[in-house]
Amino acid sequence: MSLLGDLALWIALLLGVWGALTGFTGGATGRTDLQQSSRNAVFALCATLLVAVFALEWLLFAHDFNVEYVAAHISSNLPTFYTWSALYSGQQGSMLFWAAVLTAFGSFAMVFTAPRHRVYLPYVSAVVCVVALFFVVTMLFAANPFDRLPYTPADGRGMNPQLQNPGMVFHPPMLYLGYISITIPFAFAVAALMSRRLDVDWLVAIRKWTILSWLFLSIGICLGMWWAYVELGWGGYWAWDPVENASFLPWLVMTAFLHSVMIQEKRGMLKKWNLGLILAAWVLSIFGTFLTRSGVIQSVHSFTQSPVGAYFSWFLFAAIGLLGYLYLTRLPLLKAEATLESLVSRESAFLFNNLFLVGIAVTVLVLTLFPILSELVGDKISPKAPTFNFVNVPLGIALLTLTGIGPLIAWRRASLPNLKRQFAAPVTTGVVAALVILLLGMRQVWPIITIAVAMFVMGTVAQEFARGARARHRQYGEMYPVAFFHLIARNRRRYGGYIVHTGIVMLFVAFAGMAFKVETEASLKPGQSVSLASPYGWTYTFKHLGVSQYDALNRQVTAGTVVVSRNGRTIGTMVPEKRQHVDGLGNPTFEPSTAPAIRSDLREDLYVVLGGVVGGTETAVYRFTINPLVWWVWYGGMIVVFGGVIVMWPSGTVGGTRVAAGYAAKIGATE
Amino acid sequence: MKTGTKFAIGVAIVVVSAGWLMATGIKQSGQYFFTPTELSRKVATDPGFYDVGMKVGAHVVPGSVVRDVATSTLKFSVADGGAAYPVVFHGLPPDTFTDSVEVVVEGRLQKDGVIHATDVLAKCGSRYEAVPKA
Repeated sequence: MSLLGDLALWIALLLGVWGALTGFTGGATGRTDLQQSSRNAVFALCATLLVAVFALEWLLFAHDFNVEYVAAHISSNLPTFYTWSALYSGQQGSMLFWAAVLTAFGSFAMVFTAPRHRVYLPYVSAVVCVVALFFVVTMLFAANPFDRLPYTPADGRGMNPQLQNPGMVFHPPMLYLGYISITIPFAFAVAALMSRRLDVDWLVAIRKWTILSWLFLSIGICLGMWWAYVELGWGGYWAWDPVENASFLPWLVMTAFLHSVMIQEKRGMLKKWNLGLILAAWVLSIFGTFLTRSGVIQSVHSFTQSPVGAYFSWFLFAAIGLLGYLYLTRLPLLKAEATLESLVSRESAFLFNNLFLVGIAVTVLVLTLFPILSELVGDKISPKAPTFNFVNVPLGIALLTLTGIGPLIAWRRASLPNLKRQFAAPVTTGVVAALVILLLGMRQVWPIITIAVAMFVMGTVAQEFARGARARHRQYGEMYPVAFFHLIARNRRRYGGYIVHTGIVMLFVAFAGMAFKVETEASLKPGQSVSLASPYGWTYTFKHLGVSQYDALNRQVTAGTVVVSRNGRTIGTMVPEKRQHVDGLGNPTFEPSTAPAIRSDLREDLYVVLGGVVGGTETAVYRFTINPLVWWVWYGGMIVVFGGVIVMWPSGTVGGTRVAAGYAAKIGATE
Repeated sequence: MKTGTKFAIGVAIVVVSAGWLMATGIKQSGQYFFTPTELSRKVATDPGFYDVGMKVGAHVVPGSVVRDVATSTLKFSVADGGAAYPVVFHGLPPDTFTDSVEVVVEGRLQKDGVIHATDVLAKCGSRYEAVPKA
């Protein structure tokens, strides 16, 4: 089977070269036979890589520990669910996954692109082939998942226990789907540049793809936060770790693009900017993949140890060089059709929204790379989570404010009556909210500002829904619930966007809540207890009952039992665990891992970690944390995704024609 | 004033404040990041270099780990081949911590020559890669 995999990779190499050559020449010369051949190469490449994926899964399920990748990533007692996910839990496998999914997306693009956008496809297939080729070459020459060992171990090393979590089965592929799918709009952008067809057409062709990758990235990031929270046991969900930042960067840039593209569609402005954003998002997606797969941030020196790092950096340098050249030579074709008329206008609000999104991305990038940058000029200095928060809290709140302003302010030039009509009620809501929480005794500056701005934004969203529904009620005589539903269904992009904004507001409020986190560590004998005051003024008491130890499927578990009471009333039992995973022969593998016990409600989470047990006794060391408003992170994330799905949802038959006609009219207007 | 100029001023304000935030943020909470060798060199050239917040990235010296669960104290040494420093840490070490991993120790080097750690991060091998076999 490893032979089949190897063979598939070599065939993929040839197909990739062929598809790239025929695609570029076919696009340049207009020869349809070459174009057709390139298109077929993408399909063939996809089929070949799927064969390689199949071969690797086969080896994993057959427990062929002679294959290095299999021996390094699974063991015979690993549950089937996780054996499957070993495909992307290691470097080599994840690169295969990348390439295979990319060509699958490429094939979808070949099949589903509307006839009037087909002119871009030869270049698109060529770009897809080049990117896939990069991964295939890296696998073949630096990180082959099918390499065999000179001997056969009795059992594999097993999967890192931290990856043995449902969140980890779905989080990496979602994030990868996000990273990978950016390549398709990127390929269209390159196609537009190369063919010099830089009108609004290519933007229309990639609309669904950009929302799709944004959606995958959003889901991936949320699942990553959830996994970090329930599995890593450090008590939070976001630590500004380089790997987290790597996923956040393309998300920010894609978000900026999804907004600024509306300005180009409506007003023919920001053409250079939009193209630049797509190119940047793609570079960041490759960079993100690279960052997750190398230790470059921890130490520049570790970077040369892995040949994969060198492959990635050469590829990135070459790509940036070529893209820069392509971009600069096409700049004259990207003249804006309108200019900014007033600072108080929707165009301006969107421009600043983009500025903040890209600004946040730049600061996160610089801070993430700061250890490397500072090491080049002197002592290595690394920013910590407080540094990131210090920079991004004000920028984030400014951005949130624009979330409320942008959708409501008038195009071109907002008049005073317009501003009054749109913002009187929401601003009042925000101010009242701030006063209420001040009266309730909250004194921390940033959380107060966050909540006030959040309420302002919610005010704008509520006002939009109310006005829209009332208009339908008056015009069509629809009942309010019906009017509300039709409002969303008929203007998916606009109202889906508002739903996304609602989710974002929830996330901001939840982040502000983390400012009130409290925690304590205690070493408790059975019967002893410790108390912790929650930010809501309650007193929680945690009483340690005892320690139990038992064997589970592939691990030995040590569990502490804690009875929790709030203001003296018992509310439940929590059982945090310490797990020692073992292989099929009963030998310990990896280090002990932590399974925190979490009790969640709308207001706050109780988060208990078992640190360890004093040898031979039932004395346990715990960390007790109260995390306010964590629930809102997960549900805010779900609402963001739900809103994204609404924006993306294919138009139905009734509303569909109207929406399509609307788009056509807009496009006509800008040309 | 022309709209373009106003806009440019707005952009400049945002960019400058972002830059200021970054510079201040790094000054306030950024940390030196040393290997033991670099730290010993720094201490040699700057004798007053104690009680400064820093991170030290190094290997845990095998066999040096002493755990006292009752007081949740962890003592170990870190080294990089050039220099070695003892470390004291009160708290829960991460799951991935053993006497053979690479760690990042966050804390302050005191006059007693011991790094008093406020946090110990075990390096998650190239994001949860298995350690290469011998």
